[in-house]
Amino acid sequence: MRERVAIAGLGYTAFTSVSPGSSYRELTYEAAVKAYEEAGIEPKDVDSFVCTSEDMLEGYSISDEYCNDQLGAVLKPAQTIPGDFLHSLAVGVMHILTEQFDIVVVQALSKASNMKTIPDLLNFAFDPVLNRPLDVTAYALAGLEMNRFLTDGRATREQCAAVVVKNKANALKNPLAGYGASISIEHVLESEPVAEPVRLLDIAPYADGAVVMVLCSEKLAPSLTDKPVWITGIGWSTDSPTIESRDWSGAVAVRLAGDMAYRMAGITCPAREIDLAEVNDEISFKELQHLEALRLFEPGQAGRATEDGQTSPGGALPVNVSGGGLGVGHLFECSGAQKVLELVLQLRGEAGSRQVPGAGVGLAQAWRGIPTTSAAVAILSA
Amino acid sequence: MAYQRVAIVGAGITKFVRRAQETGKELAAQASKMALESCGMTMKDIECVSLGTAPDAFDGVHMKGEYLSDGSGGWRKPYMRQFVGGGTGVFAPVHGWYHVASGMFDTCLVVCSEKMSSCHPHPQGAFKTIFDHTTEQPLNPTLIWIFALEMNRFMSTYGITKEEIALVSVKNKKNAMDHPAAQLPMEITVEDVMNSETLAWPVNRLDISPASDGAAAIVLASEHVAKRITDKPVWIDGVGWNLDSAYWATRDLYYPRYVEKAARMAYKMAGITEPQREIEIAEPYDPFDYKELHHMEGLLLADRGKAVEMLLDGKTQRDGDRPMCPSGGALGVGNPIAATGLMKIIEIFLQLRGEAGKRQVPGNPKCGLAQAWGDLMQVGTVVVMRI
Repeated sequence: MRERVAIAGLGYTAFTSVSPGSSYRELTYEAAVKAYEEAGIEPKDVDSFVCTSEDMLEGYSISDEYCNDQLGAVLKPAQTIPGDFLHSLAVGVMHILTEQFDIVVVQALSKASNMKTIPDLLNFAFDPVLNRPLDVTAYALAGLEMNRFLTDGRATREQCAAVVVKNKANALKNPLAGYGASISIEHVLESEPVAEPVRLLDIAPYADGAVVMVLCSEKLAPSLTDKPVWITGIGWSTDSPTIESRDWSGAVAVRLAGDMAYRMAGITCPAREIDLAEVNDEISFKELQHLEALRLFEPGQAGRATEDGQTSPGGALPVNVSGGGLGVGHLFECSGAQKVLELVLQLRGEAGSRQVPGAGVGLAQAWRGIPTTSAAVAILSA
Repeated sequence: MAYQRVAIVGAGITKFVRRAQETGKELAAQASKMALESCGMTMKDIECVSLGTAPDAFDGVHMKGEYLSDGSGGWRKPYMRQFVGGGTGVFAPVHGWYHVASGMFDTCLVVCSEKMSSCHPHPQGAFKTIFDHTTEQPLNPTLIWIFALEMNRFMSTYGITKEEIALVSVKNKKNAMDHPAAQLPMEITVEDVMNSETLAWPVNRLDISPASDGAAAIVLASEHVAKRITDKPVWIDGVGWNLDSAYWATRDLYYPRYVEKAARMAYKMAGITEPQREIEIAEPYDPFDYKELHHMEGLLLADRGKAVEMLLDGKTQRDGDRPMCPSGGALGVGNPIAATGLMKIIEIFLQLRGEAGKRQVPGNPKCGLAQAWGDLMQVGTVVVMRI
């Protein structure tokens, strides 16, 4: 049996559509101070720091150079992962499993409100030779993929809209969430078309925020926290980045990442063993596609389950109780961090009015967004 | 020691050139294929992939790690890109090291690919976007400009001359004559360096490594797998990295204390207490000629201010007592940013195995070190290797 890794300290800002009061460095600072305070540590106690950033999202080249001052990581082992927070979390887990590190700090940030031309930016993620000259928006890809999902008979258009209704309603109970709303399926279906069948309300709106977590080894956990949350499984994977040759139907990367995490956590029947899930819902249908890829529902069943309320807070498998990307906001590389944050609060029993009773094992899943096929999954338990 | 011991079992490197016809993906694929073939493995044997590549601004591709994933063999595998600026090439094996050392994987393909030539008119343009938007970018700095500040400080602190420093460039470009991947192998003199164009005093054109396209790859394996694959595994016995403040203008540039911290971390892990005696061969990062001396001191391979004496005494020549950059370094082999550090790792790998051909140093070294550096003069990455 491998040593377990604990989450021993949690720091975060609220997630908001704009954050004019804080620079991106100050958002991280706020989250870091809170995380260190909660774990009762100083930056000098930390063995390594793992940040999460992508140059073009930060507006810098070599963005790792600006990640460490606000974390107190000056003259410390620090690095950046251009991935989702869950990838950085995996790095932290590996550091601790080598037993060369006892305390690792993991950070992620979104300052989406600093980005003035997000659609153009996403277009820069296309193959520069073969795809970018087509000059399609990134959401056109989402439209193609959603169309495939619907024509495969995996869900109805209304079932996809029901995801939006559920998640925005969930967000109303989350004081950190920026986009809570009480809306109906009709609101979603009648919202402005972006790339048919994707409508404006199907898309997670952008948000700002930062999350910092303190991880530690099993032997150190009792001295840092009374309520450790254990990372029992973690997995990550890619599929083909090439649009022409990827599998458009099944979110293969999510399935592979999930299987890796389940294997590590010793989970053989995910649908029965997972109590709640925070999955990527950057576009409404993605929540359904990801739930099926994660084997939490049979193919074609997640939409019906959503309609029936099985994924609602009182259902058999509450999904995105926090509000998800649709309700909290799309946080770019910080998206996975918001999901892990929600699970930690739930597993500690600190989720207030949205507390899921008896939550013991949670799953967080991230996808790196259009046009990528890159995913990561973490399994947490109380 | 509770971690799995990790060995390098195979390596591959493309030719470094000013402008490759291949895309970054294709360069990554070539290097990966060479590394796998060198140890008789295929992608089926590889459990995870670690990619190193430097700023997205070189290629103008957002999320460049995603773009390069299939070329690097990352298709449908655990694949992750890591980043510590110019220190990335030596950090990539560190990243791979903890994939394997943690026990989560037994094999890892580490790939570093860099395509700088896509950046017009010159990749230095991409470096203009690394500075602080408020305090520095309005000054319109270039990277050469801050190197000039650091070189000047180093020279004035110890009373070193430009002529002395130029000897590093002469040595490394000559060493590169024997490297099949080299971009700028040359037989030059100190006068040639002194007479080359001044870019930002005291930096002349021949003090600097070139902009390059190229890729390198290695295969890492845990102890029990490595011993099955090769009878000459090269062990990664120490890894270290360290990042100083982004506010570089507030520190004394004469000494890279972040390199020292990274080195001490790696030495501690490898059980090295006397680096000047125990490290027999090294590849310190040499994007500019003075940096080799600067880094030798940071790595504790020379006393402060004394690296230049080792150079003048010929100790750092390939046949000297402590060979430095026997590959030809970034100055001679070329500097495709993230791939350069991995080229240095591969040189130590080949030297320790006695497979460096015409570049082979005498004396059968058993312990070597590679180091890289980057960001705003603030990152040190170090790997200690033994056979």
